[in-house]
Amino acid sequence: MADFGSFALILALVLSFYAFAAGAMALYAGPRADRLAETSRRAGIATFIAVTAVAGVLVVSVLNNDFSLAYIREHSNIALPTPYKFAALWSGQEGSLVFWALLLSAYALVVRVKHRVDVKLTAYASVILAAVQFFFLLLINFAAHPFSLVSGPVPQDGNGLNVLLQYPEMVIHPPMLYLGYVGMAVPFAFALGALIMRYPGEKWIAITRKWTMVAWLFLTCGIFLGGHWAYSVLGWGGYWGWDPVENASFLPWLTGTAFLHSVMMQEKRGMMKVWNVWLIFITFLLSIFGTFLTRSGLVSSVHAFAQSTIGPWFMWFLGIIFATCLFFYIKNRDHLKSENKLESLVSRESSFLFNNLVLLAAAFAILWGTLFPKISEAVQGHQVTVGPPFFNNVVLPIGLFLLFLTAIGPLLAWRSTSFESVKRNFAIPAALAVLTAIVLSVAGMKPWLEWANFYSMMAVSLAVLVFASITSEFYRGALVIRNHTGLGWPASVTQLTRRNTRRYGGYIVHYGFIVVCIGFAGAAFNQTNEQELGFKDKMNIGPYTLVCQNYTQDDNPNYGSEMAVLDVYKNGKKMGTMYPEQRFYKANQQPATMVALHSTIAEDLYLVYAGRNQDNDHPIIKAHLNPLVSWIWTGAIIMVIGTLVALVPNLPADRAAPRKSAPAGHAVAQNGDGVGEGHPTHVEVGD
Amino acid sequence: MKRALQLIFVFALGLSTLGSDTSSARFEKLGHRLMCTCGCNQVLLECNHVGCPSSDGMRHELSAGMAQNSSDNGVLDVFVQKYGPIVLAAPTMNGFDRAAWITPYATLALGLGLVTIIVRKWRHVPAEKATAKIDDPELEERRKLIRKDTEL
Repeated sequence: MADFGSFALILALVLSFYAFAAGAMALYAGPRADRLAETSRRAGIATFIAVTAVAGVLVVSVLNNDFSLAYIREHSNIALPTPYKFAALWSGQEGSLVFWALLLSAYALVVRVKHRVDVKLTAYASVILAAVQFFFLLLINFAAHPFSLVSGPVPQDGNGLNVLLQYPEMVIHPPMLYLGYVGMAVPFAFALGALIMRYPGEKWIAITRKWTMVAWLFLTCGIFLGGHWAYSVLGWGGYWGWDPVENASFLPWLTGTAFLHSVMMQEKRGMMKVWNVWLIFITFLLSIFGTFLTRSGLVSSVHAFAQSTIGPWFMWFLGIIFATCLFFYIKNRDHLKSENKLESLVSRESSFLFNNLVLLAAAFAILWGTLFPKISEAVQGHQVTVGPPFFNNVVLPIGLFLLFLTAIGPLLAWRSTSFESVKRNFAIPAALAVLTAIVLSVAGMKPWLEWANFYSMMAVSLAVLVFASITSEFYRGALVIRNHTGLGWPASVTQLTRRNTRRYGGYIVHYGFIVVCIGFAGAAFNQTNEQELGFKDKMNIGPYTLVCQNYTQDDNPNYGSEMAVLDVYKNGKKMGTMYPEQRFYKANQQPATMVALHSTIAEDLYLVYAGRNQDNDHPIIKAHLNPLVSWIWTGAIIMVIGTLVALVPNLPADRAAPRKSAPAGHAVAQNGDGVGEGHPTHVEVGD
Repeated sequence: MKRALQLIFVFALGLSTLGSDTSSARFEKLGHRLMCTCGCNQVLLECNHVGCPSSDGMRHELSAGMAQNSSDNGVLDVFVQKYGPIVLAAPTMNGFDRAAWITPYATLALGLGLVTIIVRKWRHVPAEKATAKIDDPELEERRKLIRKDTEL
């Protein structure tokens, strides 16, 4: 089996090289080399088959407990449940690189199969993707071979999967994150291809945007699933620790978000072409940088793979990508001239510009903080820690400013907005936000006590501002449709959204974002308590009382466990029983906590079995009361729904609901760029 | 006026006393400014390793340090002397460490300034000069439609 896997790996390398070299030659030769170009495309498709075979062999080997392979011995064992054996594919250095290559070849397959969308541009993108694929296959073949054999006799059992990965979400979270990281290669390939070929027109930007949205969607899912996994498994009561690897996943998300906003300026007004191209380049570079950070041992992280020698490979790869981007930018920069300039500081364009700036500033602050320990070591001779206090203090104010821009953006028109218009549209949302701040202060948030309280109050108030401004957009648009078609409110809102899915899907994403922000705001009011609990002992946290009913032990082939049985009362009323648990995995001799969680819309009661008093065997329970955490996961789901809506094509004009009547002056655009596309005053015409 | 100033003074005094630390709040605050040194990369009070060799001892040291030192910096200095600067959860505001705090804000301020200057400069360029010609009739038609829809 391993021999077949090794053969498939070499074959994939050769095929990807052919796809790159033949494709590049065909592009250089022009139309007379069409057949050569076709062989390149087919070689690219065959690469997918070969890489799938490699991944397949690895999965079959892990399912068959083939411990003659060093990778399988390191990351699996006989007692490991079957779903987690699949997770072994991406739990180690070599396997995760195979997984990277597999996903990249799958993305490239879709691009190559759908090449008729734009044959020439796809040919360029295909060659660039083949080059990226070639790098990863080179790495797998020569620096991180997944089919290396163990030295000496074959062991009877493996070392087992990292205990932190033995959790259902870990079967989903890494693939999602990888789909996001790898997916950024596709818009990068299209953008670089368009720049190299001096693509005429703007079609390439639409293709690039759609692919970016797909990758961004997966990255969003991956980041939130990772947060949920950390919350549920790591047992420290939080979901985001500003760990370098977490930061690495957040960086391309931020720049990708910036691109998805600024791309609208290019599509609608032919502006910011240089900016957009570089945003895509930077997003891909940051994706690779994240992969490098996880694997190079440059910074210490709970997520990082073991230190290895592949760091320099990534440094070279990053250098080559950057040099290539810079070379073609300098060569063809005249192709990226803006067709328009900003006409007013108070306009949709400038709000996007500032939004981009803030997103990039946040990305820079996070990158700076992540790398500062190494910078400090180089300058001062010693490392410093850059932990949560730094990131919370630096990134939160920037995030609040971003939230403010999210609120005012939809209220501004393209090109220019009059002060009167801003005042008219902004008055009610601003009043609601101020009212919220006053109510929260009076209700006990006490923003003057701690910065955390102040940030929380600001986050919730600005969330209300965003909510009001987006809702007013939906209201105005739906009102016009309702007046013209006679549809009810839900149908009008649906119709409005379907007519311009991208715009209103984007607003749904913003709704999700503010729900997430409200969830984050709850963190300022977290409470913790730790106590040893004997039989019938009580422990209080917030309105909850925990009563220890029992503590017990269990054992199975994979792990032994200790568990406390706690009755939970809220304000004296019994809510149920919770079972915080600690496991000890036998194969790798590692402990792990299994958090007991009682989640409501208002708060999470989060119980951790922190240990056992060796003298009397009483369990030590650490309780966290975390307000509003469920809002974060709900907001993430709304963001995903919004992105999916934005990916759906607009409702064709001929399928829109017919007008009830057509009075003069009530012109409702029936195409996708119609209702509410520009700004609120468009809708006011008919009112 | 005098009465208003008195009211402001009383209000400010009230606010300042509202924020005074209790012992447990101080422990929470300082414990979140320190890192566990077991290699887990977690803030001291959030380290949840079973049988962690460092965190329990460090928590006791923190309690003892708080009893001996009235100033927060004094408590933290003791930790820095024993474990090195890496024990602090964030860079200090001294020496090169200041660069960690200043650089992100300075970059943002620089960016905001640049964007504002660029936008103002562009605004003074006559529209005819600022707009380049394009030869894509389909695109121009689409833009016309959008402009019509979005006109003030």
